Amino acid sequence: MTDLLAAAKSPEIDYQALAPVLATAGGALVVLLASLFAGRFVQRALVPALTIGALAVAIVFCVVNWPGETEPVVAGALAMDTLTLLVTVLCCIGGIVAVVLALRDGAVETAGPGEYHTLLLASVAGMTVLASAENLVTLFVGLELLSIPLYVLCAASVRDRRSLESGLKYLVIGSVGSATLLYGLAFVYGATASTDLGSIAAAIGDTVAVGDPLLLAGLGLVVVGLAFKASVAPFHQWTPDVYQGAPTAVTAFMAVTTKVAALAVTIRLTAHAFGGLEAEWAPALAALATVTVIVGNVGALTQRSLKRILGWSGVAQAGYMLAGVVVGTELGLQATMFYLSAYLAMNVAAFAVVVARERVSEHGDDIESLRDLGRAAPLLAWPMTIAMLALAGFPATAGFIGKFYLIDAVVAGDYAWLGIVIVVGSMISLGYYLRVVAAMWMGRGEVTVGDPPRTVRAAEGWSPEADPRAQPEVVAVAVIAAAVTVALGIVPSPLFDVVRDLAAGFPGLG
Amino acid sequence: MDLGLSFLVFLPVAASLLAALLPARIGRAVAIAGAGVALGYVATLISEFDSSAAGLQWVTDEAWIPELGIRYQLGVDGLNLFLLALTALLWVPATIWAALRETERQKLFLFHMGLAETAVLGAFVAQDLALFVLFFDLMLVPFYFLIGGWGIGDRVAATIKFVIYTLVGSLLMLAAAVALGVLTASNSGNELTFSIAELAANPLPEGTQQWLFLLFAFAFLVKAPAFPFHGWVVDTYRATPIPVLICLSAVLSKVGVYAFLRVVLPVLPDASVHFQDLLLVFAVFSILYGSILAFSQSEPRLVLAYSSIAQLGFITLGIFAIDDLGAQGAVMQMVNHGLVVGALLIVIGVLTARAGGSATMEQMGGMALRAPVLATLFLIVALATLAMPGSPNFVGEILILFGGFEDKFAFAAVASIGVALAAVYGIRLFQRSMHNRVGPGVEGGDICRTDLALLAPLVAVIVALGVYPQLILERTDAATTAQVTAAEAIADGEPATAARPDDSPHFEISEIE
Repeated sequence: MTDLLAAAKSPEIDYQALAPVLATAGGALVVLLASLFAGRFVQRALVPALTIGALAVAIVFCVVNWPGETEPVVAGALAMDTLTLLVTVLCCIGGIVAVVLALRDGAVETAGPGEYHTLLLASVAGMTVLASAENLVTLFVGLELLSIPLYVLCAASVRDRRSLESGLKYLVIGSVGSATLLYGLAFVYGATASTDLGSIAAAIGDTVAVGDPLLLAGLGLVVVGLAFKASVAPFHQWTPDVYQGAPTAVTAFMAVTTKVAALAVTIRLTAHAFGGLEAEWAPALAALATVTVIVGNVGALTQRSLKRILGWSGVAQAGYMLAGVVVGTELGLQATMFYLSAYLAMNVAAFAVVVARERVSEHGDDIESLRDLGRAAPLLAWPMTIAMLALAGFPATAGFIGKFYLIDAVVAGDYAWLGIVIVVGSMISLGYYLRVVAAMWMGRGEVTVGDPPRTVRAAEGWSPEADPRAQPEVVAVAVIAAAVTVALGIVPSPLFDVVRDLAAGFPGLG
Repeated sequence: MDLGLSFLVFLPVAASLLAALLPARIGRAVAIAGAGVALGYVATLISEFDSSAAGLQWVTDEAWIPELGIRYQLGVDGLNLFLLALTALLWVPATIWAALRETERQKLFLFHMGLAETAVLGAFVAQDLALFVLFFDLMLVPFYFLIGGWGIGDRVAATIKFVIYTLVGSLLMLAAAVALGVLTASNSGNELTFSIAELAANPLPEGTQQWLFLLFAFAFLVKAPAFPFHGWVVDTYRATPIPVLICLSAVLSKVGVYAFLRVVLPVLPDASVHFQDLLLVFAVFSILYGSILAFSQSEPRLVLAYSSIAQLGFITLGIFAIDDLGAQGAVMQMVNHGLVVGALLIVIGVLTARAGGSATMEQMGGMALRAPVLATLFLIVALATLAMPGSPNFVGEILILFGGFEDKFAFAAVASIGVALAAVYGIRLFQRSMHNRVGPGVEGGDICRTDLALLAPLVAVIVALGVYPQLILERTDAATTAQVTAAEAIADGEPATAARPDDSPHFEISEIE
């Protein structure tokens, strides 16, 4: 009897190490329960506040646990190391932004505040699990926990056909990606007879040959599956459509966070589990990165919708960051995570402005909605300008330092030509980033700024021109994100201090 | 830590930021004061500059981003001293011009002007390659807004062309700069550094130098502008408002050629020698192409655009003669061309206003009798443009040609034709716009007092430098010689470490006076 009990004993769990996941997952339950109470206060104020609270608590736990555990926790299933903690912090920040941007969003109203915020928290929890996965099974659980809430969130604007289309498209294509990944995981398990990343790493070159076809097929399918999630070309086709159709707050959230989580798990797999196969995956990833940079930037050139521009630009940015993964060095890992952190700040600034404009402009998210914004609303025009210049890699922004770091990493990792690819991509990208800036500052039409409305209705309330004061929280997000972008461009040391610890979890890196 | 140069670099942007926050009238004064104080500061640098000392002076050297090996390293030597002076000098009339005229969204305009001055000064004083790249790219941001927001005609298209051309160059340079640092570090086994002096001390193998050289050269030739990378020039010169064009044409165009001397020759000496003839071909083609097109233009701005291509060709020729006289002439000529173009642009701005806003020379004719003062000043500047003996341009061009004749006789001989061609377009510009038939829309009299106050000092400086070119020559001699030493030794087939023998042909300054 005692033997039976001992066998059934749950694995030892380090609750403190696990606290960030518990905060977001537990927060999801609390928010769902709280939202059962009807009433304007609960729905409009308490639920968002609790969500932000849960995310903030998760961030605090990450900071307290920094730099994390070197050994996997929960019976070797999750690695709560520095990489995971950084990913969690970035995703939580992204989540907070999504909550704030959605405060006046019609989508939250129609989907139900409880559902919206619960799904958001569940997705964040999924990102942490995915990034920390030390085991193929956990990896897949994390991926689905991340994805399924996002499918629903994309379709949150139930009365908007484009939102529904977006959700459906994401569901179908995302499922293909997940299925591919799962297939690949099965192959890898078949080849190595293990689901544990550490054991897989040990098995490669030992019990299973490096050139084993089953293993290589598995690796290939896994890479393809993750490429779907990180919107790496040629598996990116869903990105612009989904970004455009989804409620903008959701787009802002997923644009960065899914990339963070997917790239983190790619790093974990390539650097840790498949470290022995570097000769196989590095050229393949380098090719993917090149294609992604070119396809993303060229695709953005002809777009008029800001959300589509940002979608395509996101594809291109995923390519830049993938270049850091390719080299498989400590420097590459640090540069990728540095760039991801900077990318969060600049992308959030851009999306906040899009949110602010599409609510009030008759042009929706078309580039026309920014026409002469420099004159009408400098508080929105400057963040957008800074975001665009930063995404293009102009100096005195975090984007410049990030690109510098990435080029540094790829050149040091003997992929100097990838540095040229990044640079060529940046050149193409000027064609659309500067178009956005030009629309704000270089219009020729006279703008008549009428009496601005002081409030913006929650639903599809359009008004010709809006005062930024009507939605101060959105403006605040934009201004703060832009300020962070510039500050990190001038004083990047804090972020360097953060990414310096990352490599500790990956002793195999060069 | 010496805060002096940092003060100089960041003063303009700080002043213009403050100006943007103050009420319009005080703001204008603050912005002008910012540019003025910067000029005063540079004047003290010139007077306190120790021309006998080798190396950098007023050095600031702090770790900025240790993880990337980027240092905040500033310094002044004979090479950049007068380019700083040129920048600070020309920004004053440009700022005043913009501040005293009706300008839409003036505070924003002045803010961008201040940011631009900071970026240009930063690029000139930076002694760390990464910092230089940063300032070099940063320059583009304010100019993008200035041309796009306040330009004339099809400004947005012109802006995008300008920015894409120059940024393509500077992004390639970014890649080259990072590669240069990383490869030098792995080659020498030292810590990663971008300090130009350190990079020059640890030269890379020649093959690596060559592809890096091509990337750098492309960036700087686009910026210069040099034929055939000048596609952005015409639209940009047409669309840019006068005060911005003063800065763009007089100062910005010097950053690229300056960087050849500061970065390329010392850090990539083998490749510089290897590609010497290629660059000389570009230089000579720029001189001929620019000069010939300059005398077939009807718009004074375009005359200046093409003559700038020619003048920058001369400067490139001086640099890639890989000779200390040529390099010194190049620096001298950078300053001269800046002064002359700045003054000419003020004249053109005044003339355009007198001719009812028309941009063609035919509409401007006959001003000389109505505006004798303007005509006189214009004539002095025009004569300097065509390098009359007695003008500083004469000294600069003769030094460049001497440098060229020493080793590259054919190139220098062809380039000499350019001197003659300059006379054609210089005189034609003056004649068409000041004499001839009176243009139909011409009205108004002589230059007004404020514009005179902007123009006269520049003309005075041109005259003074013509009389006393030693002011520049004395202070630049040591630095320009040091910059070309490594490449010159390789060109002469000596080991890189050997110093230049004293008995080699060497013109003394006194010989050419």
